[in-house]
Amino acid sequence: MPSYTLLINHKRCTVEAEEAMPLLWVIRDLIGLTGTKFGCGIAQCGACTVHLNGTPVRSCSIPISSVADQPVTTIEGLSSDNSHPVQQAWIAEQVPQCGYCQSGQIMTAAAFLKKNPNPTDQDINLAMQGHICRCGTYTRIRKAIKTAATLSKKQTTE
Amino acid sequence: MKDQQDSLSRRDFIRLSGISTLSLTLGYYTSACDQTVKVLNTQTISSVIELVAWISIDTNGDIKLMNHRSEMGQGTQQTIPQILAEELEVSMDQITVVSASANPKKYGPQPQEGSFSVRGWCQQLLKMGATARQMLIMAAAKQWNVPVTECSAKNGQVFHQPTNQKAGYGSLVEEAAKIKPPSNVTLKERKDYTIIGKPLPRNDIPSKVNGTAVFGLDKKLPGLLYAVVERNPRFRGKVKSFDDTETRKIIGVKHVCKVQRAVFGSLYEGIAVVANSIWAAMQGRKVLRVEWDDTGFDHVSTTQMDEQMRHNLKKPAPSSQFEKAVKQASDTLSVEYETPYQAHSCMEPLNCTVHVHDNRIDVWGPLQEANWTQADLSQRMNIPIENVTVHMTFLGGGFGRKAFTDYPHEAALLSKELNAPVQVVWTREDDMIAGPFRPGAFFSCRGGLDKKGKIMAFQTITSTQWIGQEWSATPYADPEPAEYNKGRIEGLLHPYYKSIPHYSFAGVGNRVPMPVMWWRSVDASTNGFACESFIDELAYKAKQDPMDFRRSHLQETRYQNFIDKLEAVSGWKSRTTKGWGVAITQCFGSIAGHIVIVSRNADKKLQIDKVIALMDCGWYVNPDIIKAQVEGGIVMGLGAAIFHAIHFQDGMTVEKNFDTYLMPRMLDIPEIDVHIMENNEKPGGVGEPGLPPFAPALCNAIFDLTGKRIRKLPFALDEI
Repeated sequence: MPSYTLLINHKRCTVEAEEAMPLLWVIRDLIGLTGTKFGCGIAQCGACTVHLNGTPVRSCSIPISSVADQPVTTIEGLSSDNSHPVQQAWIAEQVPQCGYCQSGQIMTAAAFLKKNPNPTDQDINLAMQGHICRCGTYTRIRKAIKTAATLSKKQTTE
Repeated sequence: MKDQQDSLSRRDFIRLSGISTLSLTLGYYTSACDQTVKVLNTQTISSVIELVAWISIDTNGDIKLMNHRSEMGQGTQQTIPQILAEELEVSMDQITVVSASANPKKYGPQPQEGSFSVRGWCQQLLKMGATARQMLIMAAAKQWNVPVTECSAKNGQVFHQPTNQKAGYGSLVEEAAKIKPPSNVTLKERKDYTIIGKPLPRNDIPSKVNGTAVFGLDKKLPGLLYAVVERNPRFRGKVKSFDDTETRKIIGVKHVCKVQRAVFGSLYEGIAVVANSIWAAMQGRKVLRVEWDDTGFDHVSTTQMDEQMRHNLKKPAPSSQFEKAVKQASDTLSVEYETPYQAHSCMEPLNCTVHVHDNRIDVWGPLQEANWTQADLSQRMNIPIENVTVHMTFLGGGFGRKAFTDYPHEAALLSKELNAPVQVVWTREDDMIAGPFRPGAFFSCRGGLDKKGKIMAFQTITSTQWIGQEWSATPYADPEPAEYNKGRIEGLLHPYYKSIPHYSFAGVGNRVPMPVMWWRSVDASTNGFACESFIDELAYKAKQDPMDFRRSHLQETRYQNFIDKLEAVSGWKSRTTKGWGVAITQCFGSIAGHIVIVSRNADKKLQIDKVIALMDCGWYVNPDIIKAQVEGGIVMGLGAAIFHAIHFQDGMTVEKNFDTYLMPRMLDIPEIDVHIMENNEKPGGVGEPGLPPFAPALCNAIFDLTGKRIRKLPFALDEI
């Protein structure tokens, strides 16, 4: 089986996997980072979202062979102490219910805010459209993204 | 052994546990008459004591409160300890919450259904907290040699103001453990609450924003094998043959074998592919060939099932009283409503990790029914129930589906067969096509109005699958089960039974092999649509404002107050645009009402602008969790109204994943504004009652705007 060296959350990990094995299962079952979730397997729900080179991607549909040396960030790599403004906003707005989809939602929100620090409601809606939350936390996510935008600015000015 | 343990004195328990790690656990037998409180150390000897145990305090003052309910998003991890902490007089930052494993002797029944956690347990939990607090006060009074009545507790400490003494719970726990628990503790008055009724942040949320929360699928064990199972796409029937030649060639695949799956009374069969990773097991399954024997089961389709249900609505013999009454009416209305099958589609697909070893079973999983799983596995695997430990994980959603014990059973059989811990993982497709589903329900509604425009006769005939069919020993063969809507109809507001002189309900079973199960808000999710759409239709027939029409039929003060507040918070009376709809339903002890506002956008397409909801769940614990649950109920109701339905073709489920079973997403979500009634009614359910009013309120709003009645769900909003 081929061997791959990945850069995950700033750490190098070498794994042996078939080239078609999706990044999701590599992260969860070979590397052991279980914060990234399996939801649908066909890039429809967004629960498996991680950053590849800073861009949110569906790890269930990215074969390990195509990752190469691009850095991967998972929810665990966002911050270890909930200090990231998106995590803080998620807590402040009490977003999660069951919480299963939230790793993915947070990863997309974090990448989105980096590109668009002053989003409108419609910007947020479009950015988050790829995610499903069965508990129905959408209105709180919308609110939390705005809160996170404010928190980010505060952190930058401080 | 058991007798010996039971004969130990309290002091022995203290000695056994060792002073440095001493814990005081106060527990009740679940029967109300036995108020025995015993002392034990949960870490060392609790497993041999058959007691309820919610509160543990060790000598360092570490306070552990048990959550004996599943946490599937509805917030028990916060609400259960919030109730205990109020009476125990500790603040939420002084406690640690522990998920209790299955133990009905300690905790009573643990099935997570019927929106029951707070309404079913609050009295016992309040008493539990108060008893513990009183014992700690009594211990302090004894230590200080002062009257008990002069002592009070707050923030994990007991105080004696006259002598200016205070002591932490940790220093009192040893003495408290020796005190006979008082049988009549005084509970605090609601006005004195500092924790209950407050929107305190959920303690599980920090772990749910950084990936550390452990869900069922996150469970890892040394030597864990992973299994995926090919199940009969036509649900029932047996494996005729299978060919695993190609499967066994896949690297990582270890075993391929037949496995059963027990859904209460039914036994299903599948072929399991077991591997050293989920991915390998999935690859092995792709090349597996299975032939099924479906003899005896109809390969039915939704079209046929719908026809059958429409036909069924004409079956019941006319009620002579109702027919007589409706003849006297000055105006009548007769219409039919149709609701489809639905999938639960929890974001976490079904999975369970089981290790059968040494005449023991250990289970980890997203389980809505910890002690059903325990009892079921004990019985089916023939292992004593006390040897079956169900370890709780977080659930990535439940909605009724995770109350079935079928997926733990599959994992247990495989673990036994392979002599290793096994995690059974259902793919999204498995989860969606296998059900059990919420059954579709069709309704024939008839009503008569008197001269004053009041409902004088109301009839509903329902045709649906019997939701309890999987419990039966021979589910599909069950003769004409019609145990629904007899005399009453779940979802309809109760005062209608008083204000409507002639009402009649009938149900006709639809016998098809589809597995069915509770789905968030159960019967009210379909009944509520029919009843509240029909009430609205009658209101327009009577040429009355839909809110006033409802008010005139709901005379009880609680309902009058409810309608007044719903009007006030929504601005119903001062509305200046068309496109407003209302619906109010009742289930699981709570009343919920929604106002939906719709309009046409610039492209002339219908859009939902806003939902204003009011929840009357009586006495409540955490208003923010209630709001979140109602928001979630609205979104789930919205999905079922305008986005998705499960269809069957040739006996198989058509929708297999989220590309065809479409979910509401961010762009589809209107502004939602939730309000809570303040009153002194008994606590009601919260997780489910917020869902049923959405679909009828939306359809009533669409009628208000367009004059078009929608009587079949789901429908495409942009096609109206």
